[in-house]
Formats: sequence, structure tokens, C-alpha cells
Amino acid sequence: MTAELKVVGQSVRRTDGLGHVTGRTQFTADRHFSGMLHLKMVRSPVHHARLLGVDTSEAERVPGFVAALTAKDVPHNRYTILSLIGVEPEEEFVLAEDRVRFKGEAIVAILAETEAAALEAVAKVRLHLEELPAVFDVEEALAPGAPIVTHWGTNTFMYEGHPCRRVRLGDVEAAFAAADHIVESRYDTSPIEQAPIETTGCIAVPEANGRYTVYTNTQALYFSLDNTSIILQVPGNRLHFVGGTVGGGFGGKVDVIVEPIATLAAMKTNRPVRFVYSRSEEMQVSSTRSAWRIYFKDGVMNDGRIIARKVTSYADSGAYSRQTPYSLTKHAANVGGPYAIPNVSIDAYCVYTNRQPSSAMRGFGVTMGSFALEVQMDKIAEVVGMDPWTIRFVNAYRNGDLRPHRKHAEDATLIETIQAAAELVGHELPGEFRAMTSAARERVDGEAR
Amino acid sequence: MSKLRGTGIAAVNYPTGMNLGGDPSQALVHATTSGSFVVTLSATDLGQGLRTVIGQIAAETLGVAFEEIVVDTADTDTGPHDMGTFASRATHRVGNAVILAAREAFEALLDVAADEFEASRDEIVADGEGNLMVKGVPARSMRIAELASMAQFKYGRTIAGRGAWMKPRSEVDPETGAMDPDSTEAHACTVAEVEVDTETGEVAVLSIRSAYEVGRQVNPDLVQGQIAGGAWMAMSHALYETTAPYYPSPEHSPKDFSEYLMPGPNELPEIESVVLEIPSSNGPYGVKGVGEMTANSPIPAIVNAIYHATGVRIDSLPVTPEKILRGLDELAAARAEGAQG
Repeated sequence: MTAELKVVGQSVRRTDGLGHVTGRTQFTADRHFSGMLHLKMVRSPVHHARLLGVDTSEAERVPGFVAALTAKDVPHNRYTILSLIGVEPEEEFVLAEDRVRFKGEAIVAILAETEAAALEAVAKVRLHLEELPAVFDVEEALAPGAPIVTHWGTNTFMYEGHPCRRVRLGDVEAAFAAADHIVESRYDTSPIEQAPIETTGCIAVPEANGRYTVYTNTQALYFSLDNTSIILQVPGNRLHFVGGTVGGGFGGKVDVIVEPIATLAAMKTNRPVRFVYSRSEEMQVSSTRSAWRIYFKDGVMNDGRIIARKVTSYADSGAYSRQTPYSLTKHAANVGGPYAIPNVSIDAYCVYTNRQPSSAMRGFGVTMGSFALEVQMDKIAEVVGMDPWTIRFVNAYRNGDLRPHRKHAEDATLIETIQAAAELVGHELPGEFRAMTSAARERVDGEAR
Repeated sequence: MSKLRGTGIAAVNYPTGMNLGGDPSQALVHATTSGSFVVTLSATDLGQGLRTVIGQIAAETLGVAFEEIVVDTADTDTGPHDMGTFASRATHRVGNAVILAAREAFEALLDVAADEFEASRDEIVADGEGNLMVKGVPARSMRIAELASMAQFKYGRTIAGRGAWMKPRSEVDPETGAMDPDSTEAHACTVAEVEVDTETGEVAVLSIRSAYEVGRQVNPDLVQGQIAGGAWMAMSHALYETTAPYYPSPEHSPKDFSEYLMPGPNELPEIESVVLEIPSSNGPYGVKGVGEMTANSPIPAIVNAIYHATGVRIDSLPVTPEKILRGLDELAAARAEGAQG
């Protein structure tokens, strides 16, 4: 088939490259519209507080001030991005109502003729806050007596009645009892910023025909349009979302944060409204990659075979879950690794804290699991006295193997990939590993796959 | 003080797509009067080159040159629904949708060719060079561009196609976690070499060498771009980046790139890779996807290499010079204790 392909497989020059390197590509924030207003956000200066009142009277006297929007202006203020695909409950506030749950949470949207006037007015909004105890550590958040972040009373996202996403295969406890070695470790990772060159932003423009055109650098136009339609309670046919070239996403532009409030502002003022994050908002307010804490316990035989793996993972979702509940499911599906392990138990918790929310980032739920897993594999190799290549061949999965999530492996090529890496770096593999393949294992007749 | 060198490896699998709520992408394809083809999507190009690879897939399916394809993306008034560009899904999902749309358009083109050649449809073949012809009769051959134009002005027909591709929703069993979480899996194995300065605790990554198995490569240069970019991001995650330098304390969080550390050009290691192509069963032309995964295996490979170099096991990211120096101190204290005992 390869020989017949004519265009697929060719390194044609990318169609947008020249525009990027000559500065001619138009990004969202490069657009200008006459009469365009600037939106800047009044944000919580504290990590957790009751919001008792907002006073915009002084801000309104700033020359160029146009309007201030608060929670009561937002038709459907409490939302959940993934409600589009049935995820509940609605938990995040477009603008804070009676409580702020993280430092930087949006409270009042200020509209002004210039960016400078908007910033000046933001600084003059008075907030009446009563600070509350805050929690920043995933395990402290689950301890009795911890400050509760959510509006429903626990600090975990609930998965069909369970406080974590569970995966169960075989009997890990029996296998631990039978194992020659137990290898246990805790792994921690910090929150990380997606760091796109272009910050999150949009411009909402009222059109003469009563519709609103929203120019946005979202990674998912329909996520943004459909959520905006729900939040503003307007039919989708009044919204026209236009993307284009995104200046880096890495998952940081999958949340729906700027479009609903900018579109509402355009509706209220009948003027184009620009809402583009500053770099400090991008770093301190927009979602990060979650911090993770991951506990591994592996039961290993002297010949290197891992016969049981128990993983308990906590992802720090911050104050709102956004896309993180999905991350834990993806994590639970993958943290067992590309290895054939007959007994696996995984508990993956999506934990709320008073940190800036986390959400999607490249390798969502998998990257930090892979870090923990592959360092763990090195430790196992050391415990059983094997080199790090051997331990991976001994445990590598093959096509047809039952995965912890009970799907049989297909498209497995771990063995071939490790062989190729060994060849690339000139590492001589023993003959048995050079001859190994990912082809399905031979099975005794009648044995269930 | 010394500079210690070490090597570490890591191997990973990576899933394509999201299963959570059904994962659809749609595409439309139509021919213009000049015989170019427009692919219309609402999917967004993040700078990874989606427009380019989608153009290649459409050109391949239609049997025309890459230059004949116009890819119109990211407009909800014109583009049919797409879930979004994330989860390493776009080339796989959108590519499959584009193949279906292009095939339907191609069928319409075959109808025109059959009428024009006064032949039956199953006698018409594409030569892959932009022509349709009656099989075995090179004299009865015509440019696809010319046929597309004829469809509009002589036959009054549309040359258009619709394509939809979806990974159906997989409900997760809440007790056992049984699920179908992905469409296919790509693989990587990285060997990292580091040099650790025991005086400063600083880590220099000397090389990141990897093998990737990504199904079919649509555009090998763009795959290489992902591999180099991912290696850089992984190195940055392993050694530099955090929005909470005193985690779990949220204080002293960075506000800009002067406070948020990342490696610069001087820190870049030698990056070398080999790409295996073992086509997947369900991707467009066997694609699996290479978007996210290139930032994965280098992280544990670097951390394992640091252990190999120094004997210091660090289980928390990022691996800062402070953590390495503390680890070296603990090792030295344990050795001294061992010598005394």
C-alpha cells in the first residue's frame, strides 16, 4: 500500500509556515474593530472567601468606563464545560456569586473605551470579602475537617457513586502475598503552565443582523459556541464562532472562559468587545496542568515479572474541575502501562483544592502517569537485579493481552519500539529480546483470551 | 566537585482520541469551477500543521496534487461539527472524515466521467496524476480539473461529499473500570543521556534519542517537528517548569517568562529519532497520531539518567538543583554512617 501512496508520506511544506515566520499570520488579537471596548476582570485577591459585596461606584467615575457586569447579569451563571456530554453537576461560576474559591477567580467584568481605563477601573472596584480557611494539598483536602471547596460538600468529583475512577482486574492482595518482592513509591509532580506564545482571548462583535461573531483562539469551536449558547441562554443560530490560526494550545485553550462573558458584554453594550488575557492572567488564572500525587505498589517475582500493581492517584483539580474528571478516567485507563500484569487495582481521584483550576494539557492524565510508571520500572529492575531494558521486555504487552480496563491489546508495538531504540543508540540486546515480537501469545486450546 | 554522566531509558504507549462522550468529526468536500477541491471543517489548526496533513489526505483520496486542495477551517457558519483539536485526535478523526467526504465527491466525479466518456462507471480509473481515464484506453483520459469544471457548466451537477467519523461513547463500568478508552495506541522508547554537576546540582541533558511507532506518517517533517518540540517540552517539565515553586504552597507563583523557567537554545540537547511505521487498523491510511506523546517518554528517561549518574532517586518534578544537592548530601551522610557502622 505504501508504494501506491503519492501525497501521504511526503514532507510537503506546511501551508501556514511562511506566514508564521514572516509575521503575516493574523491571530485573534491582531483584529481591530471600530468602537471596540476592552474587557478586564476584577479578580479575587485571596484563595478562599465569602463574597459579601461589590462596590463599583468609584470605578464608574474613571474616564472611559462603560459598564460593569456581575453574576446577576449572566443568564445561566453556573455551568460545567462537559455538560455537553452529560457530565454533572454544574459547578463553575462565570462570575463569582457568594464565594470565591481561588485567588484570581473572576468577580466583576469591567468594560472601558481603552485597556488603560479598564485596568484603572478594575483597580477601583471595592470588594467586601470575608476570608475562609483554604486547602492546597490533595491529601489534606480529603482529610476530615478540611475546608470544603465545592458547593455540594465533598472535595472529590464523584464517579457514579465512587469518589474515584476505579479499575479492577484480578486479585492484587492475593498476588502481593505470593510475590517475591514488593516495590512501593510515591511520586509528586508540580502544576505546569501550557505556555502558548499567544495568550487566551477573543473578540465578540455584534452584527447588523442581530447575530454575534466571536473571533476566538479556542482549540474547540463547538465546545465554546455550545457553552456560550447555554450560559447566555441564546439560540446557537445567533452565534458565529470563527477560529483560525491558534498560537499554541497544548490543552490550555479547551476551557470555555473568555467567550461567554465577552459575548454577553457585546450584547449589553452593542459594541465589539475584546477580552484577551495578559501573560500574568495566562499563568496565574487560566488552567494549568494538574499537580499529581501517585502511589505505586508492585508485586514482583524474582524473574522480573510484575504480578500485581496497585496505583492510587490524586490529581489536583483546583477550585473547579473543568476537563479534569475526564483526565482521571484517561489516567486510570493508562497508568497500568504497556505491560502485561494479571492483577491490577487503580483508584484515581479528582480532588478539589483552593488552587487555580487545572484542566487539559498535552498528554492529559497520561504524561505524569508515565513519569511515575517508568521511574517505578527502573526501581523494579534494580530490586530484582535486572538491567532496565530487560525488565521492560520481560513485562511488555502483546497483541491480545487483557489490559486492566479489559480491552484486549491491539496495535501493540512496544517490543518493536524498544528494539528500534536499542539499535538507534547501539545497545546490544540479547538474542531472545531481538527475536521477540508483539504478535499474540500462543494460547492453550480453549483458554479464554 | 565533579560532573557525572548517566543514561536512562523509558518506554511508553499513548492512546489516540477520547472516549468520554463519543468523539465525532465531520468534513465536507466540494469541487470549484477550476477543479480545485475545498475541504471545509470546523476543526482548528493549533500550529501543528493540521491544515497541511488534511490537505495531503484529501489529495491522496481524490487523486489530485496537494496544491489543488484548499482547506477551510475553523468557522461554525460553514464547517460541520468537530469535537475539537486535542487528545491527539485531529489527524485520526478529521482524516477519516475527510477520506469519506472525498470518496463521496469522487463518486460524483466518476458519474460525470462515465457520461463524458460514454463508458460505464466501473471502467473509469484514476491514474493518481490528476487524470481519470477509461481503463486500458489512455486516449480516453481527461484532467480531473476539467471534469470538475464540466460538472458545473455542462452537466449542472455538484461534485461534493460529506464525511463523518465517530468513536462511539464508551461507558465506563464504575466497579471494574471496564472501558474502550481509545482508538489505537502509538509507542515510544527514549534513551536520555545527562551530565550532573555535583557542585551546583545542575543537569545538562546531552542527548534525547528515541524510537517512535506512530502508525503511518502523513508528513515526516511535521512528525519530526513534533518529536523535537516534545523532547524540549519534556526536558522542560522534567527539570524546570512549575507554577508553584514551593508546592503545595501557592505563593511565589510566576507572572511571566522571567519568573517561569524554561530551557533556552543553549540548553537544548542533541535530539535524534527513528520512526517505525506500523499502520493502525482504523486510522486514515494507517495513522495513529504523534501529537501529545512526544513529551512523555523523555521525562522518566531523564530522571532515570540522573539516578544512573548520581545514585540520587528523585520522585518529584521538577528535578531542581536543590533536590539534587539535598539528595547528594543524604547519600554522602548515609555512606559516612555506613562507614562508621
